[in-house]
Amino acid sequence: MTAPIETTGAEAEAQPEAVLVGVKKSQIEGRSLGQIAWMRFKRDKAAMAGGIVVALLILMAILSRPIQWLFDLDPNKLNQNLVDPTLRAPYGGWGGMSWDHPLGVDPGFGRDLLARIIEGSWVSLVVAVGATLLSVTIGVIMGVVAGYYGGWVDSLVSRMMDTFLAFPLLLFAISLSASVQDGFWGITGLPLRIGVLIFVIGFFNWPYMGRIVRAQTLSLREREFVEASRSLGARGPFIIFRELLPNLVAPILVYSTLLIPTNILFEAALSFLGVGIAPPQASWGGMLTEAADQYEVDLQFMFVPGLAIFITVLAFNLLGDGLRDALDPRSK
Amino acid sequence: MLRLVVRRLLQLIPTLLGLSVLLFLWLNRLPGGPASAILGERATEAEVARINRLLGLDEPVWIQYWRFLKRIAQLDLGTSVRTGQPVWDEFTLRFPATVELAVAAILIAVVVGVPLGYFAARRRGGWLDVTSVSGSLLGICIPVFFLALVLKGIFAVNLGLFPSYGRQSTGIDATDVTGFAVLDGVLTGEFDASWDALMHLVLPAITLASIPLAVIVRMTRASVLEVLGEDYVRTAEAKGLRSSVVRGRHVLRNALLPVITAVGLLTGSLLSGAVLTESVFAFGGIGSFIRQAIDGRDYPVLVGFIMFIAMLYVLINLVVDLAYSLIDPRVRVH
Repeated sequence: MTAPIETTGAEAEAQPEAVLVGVKKSQIEGRSLGQIAWMRFKRDKAAMAGGIVVALLILMAILSRPIQWLFDLDPNKLNQNLVDPTLRAPYGGWGGMSWDHPLGVDPGFGRDLLARIIEGSWVSLVVAVGATLLSVTIGVIMGVVAGYYGGWVDSLVSRMMDTFLAFPLLLFAISLSASVQDGFWGITGLPLRIGVLIFVIGFFNWPYMGRIVRAQTLSLREREFVEASRSLGARGPFIIFRELLPNLVAPILVYSTLLIPTNILFEAALSFLGVGIAPPQASWGGMLTEAADQYEVDLQFMFVPGLAIFITVLAFNLLGDGLRDALDPRSK
Repeated sequence: MLRLVVRRLLQLIPTLLGLSVLLFLWLNRLPGGPASAILGERATEAEVARINRLLGLDEPVWIQYWRFLKRIAQLDLGTSVRTGQPVWDEFTLRFPATVELAVAAILIAVVVGVPLGYFAARRRGGWLDVTSVSGSLLGICIPVFFLALVLKGIFAVNLGLFPSYGRQSTGIDATDVTGFAVLDGVLTGEFDASWDALMHLVLPAITLASIPLAVIVRMTRASVLEVLGEDYVRTAEAKGLRSSVVRGRHVLRNALLPVITAVGLLTGSLLSGAVLTESVFAFGGIGSFIRQAIDGRDYPVLVGFIMFIAMLYVLINLVVDLAYSLIDPRVRVH
């Protein structure tokens, strides 16, 4: 047993050099948490595939207008000549697929489905990401405050989360977004619908994030480094922002990634029920409503928006699961 | 046990009050509130003011809220704008259909999901494990309404194996006893009606079961894996208990605890799923009616149904909590 020795600065710096004798410097290199996570993530093939698909989807959503311009795609252009006027079904098999319309056209109107899918992608992602940011913001603030301060603040916030979780979410979102009419706050049309959807979905989903953050905060605040900070005279806000939040980044990132697909499904469901994005604006949920009305005419139609939603949700889920395994292996 | 029940019931009060405040504020105070729902968007100021006076909307908010609470307590939420029937009557008329659908879905999910999760965990890494894990991921990712459309398109429209909409064929003369179509047929001896209702139930129930099934498979698998690693399981095996006893009494019983909670928490998503499923299959339950209420801006129906469903949801969770404490004595102590 050796007693801890008081070392001067020079001695402390000298020690690692002694260990490293004979070993090339590049071989022993400290790895940051991010590097370790990235190494784990790279090994996970499903997560990588999900990540690539997600990256492509985001690219498609951001570039949706330039892509439409470049390839001369118009989501709202009617091609009545491609549709049988009496049956309403597109001419030719497979929903009217052709080189000009790779995914076919929709029954009745003959609008190009590829264009509508691309156009719908940004709507879907903007709503899902916006709603996720909103719920994460509320959830993290509520969760950290409840977890850190405890006492009556905690019981109040926890009760509030219980109340929100007691909502049949979809039903409430339905009535809320159905009740907001054009001209609310002077906003009309598509921006209003997108705003309402982001607000409704984001505002009711925060308790999930709140619970996770609260639970993590509860265990973090008992750790030594928080105690050390407090004994050095740090106050609540400092501890929350400088000590707690940096340590919460991993779970927040993971559960945000997992919230996005939930919100995509949510948006699609609301648009499907006719309270989300209003036609003729293309949205994946809305296209499925049209497919539901036309399924006797053209059965293939529903697979286009349906698979678009499915692939997107699957990709985000794979990415989120991969991130969780990489960043926070214990939580599996 | 009684003390626990009373305490849990008391804890419900703030939750339900909070719920009612939110519902009241949001649905009564939004622009285009009840008055314009009744009158349409082009109503004049005077007409709106008249309707507001008639509905008591010109009084202070807290008086309105108090009245709203009293009406809920008496199960009175006014009449449907569309049908002119009391909201409560509309609710009870359609409720059995949704319950029947939800129960069928949960039954499918539990009966298929628990064994699947259990055997997946016992043969970890085997083909059943891989299939059920990836299958449950697909189940969570596929939109309920898309699955409904696909099943309907393939099995009802193309193959004609099942009816594509409704709860009963038109030609069937069924006596209504409880409102649960399948049960009614059995009670009255009209087995053809029972069979017909069951056939109508198959596709919607499978659709609605997709998410609960995925969740239950995942939960059971994770939970069984955890319990299998516990010391008491090793002890039980080491002292030479028959493996059927170990599996039943030690593994399954302990592994099912979190699954039961999950089933309770699934009720909410089940009701949301029912709205989507019913609207595809025109099932005639609460979900279909809510869809119609959205299209017709039928405010009282929306407020009423949501309040009733929320109360129901909270009560179901209470029952689940209590069931939990019956199975797991440790919970009772705290």
